[in-house]
Amino acid sequence: MKIVVCVKHVPDTAEADVVITPDKKGIKKEGLAFGINEWDEYAVEEAILMKEKYGGEVVAITIGGKESEDTLRRCLAKGADRAIRIEDPALEGSDAYALAKVLCAVIKGMEYDIIFTGAQAGDDGFGQVGQTLAELLGIPHAALVTKVEPQDGKAKVHRELEGGLEEVLEIQLPAVLAVQTGINEPRYVSIMGIRKAKKKELKVLSLSDIGLSPDEVGEKGSLLTLEELYIPPVEKMAEILTGAPDETATKLAGILDERGLIPK
Amino acid sequence: MAEVFVLVEHRRGELRDITFEMLSGCRDLAKNLNASITAVLLGKNIDNFVEQLKSWADKILVVEDDKLENFNAEAYQRVLSHLIKERKPILTLIGHTSFGMDLAPALAAELGIPLATDCIGFELQDGRLVAIRQMYGGKVNARISFKTAPYMATIRSAAFKAEEPGLSAEVEKAPSPLTEEITTKRFLEYVEAAVGEVDITQAERIVAVGRGVGDYSDEKVRSIIEELANELGAVIACSRPIVDKGWLPKDRQVGTSGKTVKPKLYLALGISGAFQHVAGMSASETIVAVNKDPKAPIFTVADYGIVDDLFKVVPVLTEKVREAKGGS
Ligand SMILES: Cc1cc2nc3c(=O)[nH]c(=O)nc-3n(C[C@H](O)[C@H](O)[C@H](O)COP(=O)(O)OP(=O)(O)OC[C@H]3O[C@@H](n4cnc5c(N)ncnc54)[C@H](O)[C@@H]3O)c2cc1C
Ligand SMILES: Nc1ncnc2c1ncn2[C@@H]1O[C@H](COP(=O)(O)O)[C@@H](O)[C@H]1O
Repeated sequence: MKIVVCVKHVPDTAEADVVITPDKKGIKKEGLAFGINEWDEYAVEEAILMKEKYGGEVVAITIGGKESEDTLRRCLAKGADRAIRIEDPALEGSDAYALAKVLCAVIKGMEYDIIFTGAQAGDDGFGQVGQTLAELLGIPHAALVTKVEPQDGKAKVHRELEGGLEEVLEIQLPAVLAVQTGINEPRYVSIMGIRKAKKKELKVLSLSDIGLSPDEVGEKGSLLTLEELYIPPVEKMAEILTGAPDETATKLAGILDERGLIPK
Repeated sequence: MAEVFVLVEHRRGELRDITFEMLSGCRDLAKNLNASITAVLLGKNIDNFVEQLKSWADKILVVEDDKLENFNAEAYQRVLSHLIKERKPILTLIGHTSFGMDLAPALAAELGIPLATDCIGFELQDGRLVAIRQMYGGKVNARISFKTAPYMATIRSAAFKAEEPGLSAEVEKAPSPLTEEITTKRFLEYVEAAVGEVDITQAERIVAVGRGVGDYSDEKVRSIIEELANELGAVIACSRPIVDKGWLPKDRQVGTSGKTVKPKLYLALGISGAFQHVAGMSASETIVAVNKDPKAPIFTVADYGIVDDLFKVVPVLTEKVREAKGGS
């Protein structure tokens, strides 16, 4: 089975103080830890599990700067066979549609049975690139995938719906499957894996290498324009209890008691 | 007159809340776009939905077809792209739900229409539509403009309030453009979540743990949380990453893809407050959050907050709750 997996290198902002840059188009990267997008970690695992079960090849692809090679190396160390990174100054300002065009240009000449993406990227949260890519390639897709069982030329796929419900469908391959977290248990990177990864191919391509002109990507080739980023206005804020843990916990216990929330 | 299309979302014989939220949330925008609101209803045996939607839109456009019985993004995409090409709505709104996430991106790409996903608001700037959406787990808002009309957007659940406008919609039935069976994708069945031994929706008090607790399979970590829950007579629930890791069963997950809870007390420990989580707990009576990060979005939903390491706060809190119980 030929498998492609699209991965993105993203900042972990869960605990970080996010600062918007003066041009209001991005966030300050200094001090942020970057790594593989959470959803893509599951997508890569699913790709490798498929290969281990059915044989074949896994190719990891990312659009991003030099630093995103960390994420590709991680995929290679886990078991992907080769990696491709697309970088070009003209890509700055690309929206989800433009990014999908780039991925399409790289992938369309390749052989593939399944293309895995994450259901969404933790930074922009579009939830859009994989499904758009499928449309551009002219193949079916399923979003929020929680289970995949290939069966000659098709796959039985579970999709997550709201409230714990899932839907099961049959989809023709090749297809794009946008993976939801929890679909598997992503493996750890082993020392041996890291050593092996060093010998694996990591190709860097520019726009002209994949046959796209600068006008087809970036702000020009996008359908949406980012006007500005801003910190969300706070409409309501919790009453913050201050002090050392001793004090805050004591205050909180007092409040809970007062409100009758401690069972006696 | 220009039209705004709102795609009606329904599942297993019920209209979903997002439908009403979109129909009511787009009214100001439609007015500013000089557009009327058309609820686009696709499916099979959907007459009862027509009645329920009548007071919510200017028009209900109905397409009935056996092939639309269960949601199939492929079938929906074909019908919608046909309707959009034919009627040229200025704006099409779809829920940012499992259904909309599967459908909207490919539909927009097919039509070459700009799509802004997961929107929480809109503005008009010099006659052009600007969408507001969140990035970085809700820590940043973005204003995004559409380069060309028509527009398409998916709407976050609960971003708009559903308020019935008391309209009386004209109903139009359109023929289905689906001539052949859809073969690329076929619906097989629904699978319900397994029922566990604890029903968190019935709990009066909930202690909820998130990724901030670290390794919840660690005995020490678990016992710190369990002791507090015991003293409070609370049930333990969690955010999604804890379930993804297999540390707690799926029926303990709070949020859009888990359970919706309304306890008297919801104590969120190490949970950032992503909207998918908040949607499942914001109706709780008293919400308390303990989080290291003063900017965590959870503090904008909580009534009380403590900005600190939960492992420093929780043991003391357990002690103090124990004292409060003994003291009366
Ligand atoms: C379609 C879809 C459906 C989803 N459905 C759900 C759902 O139903 N429920 C759900 O919860 N999520 C859901 N999610 C995931 C959601 O988007 C978030 O990723 C998730 O809620 C984050 O969980 P968290 O807050 O535990 O983790 P994080 O966002 O990583 O936050 C961890 C928090 O812990 C804090 N912290 C770390 N260490 C400590 C410490 N020692 N003391 C105190 N605080 C600490 C950090 O500051 C941070 O705020 C869904 C996502 C998608 C795409
Ligand atoms: N720059 C990128 N390079 C490679 N894949 C990407 C990139 N951006 C998004 N993707 C893929 O598309 C998925 C959804 O991202 P998004 O639509 O941005 O939320 C991600 O999980 C990745 O699999």
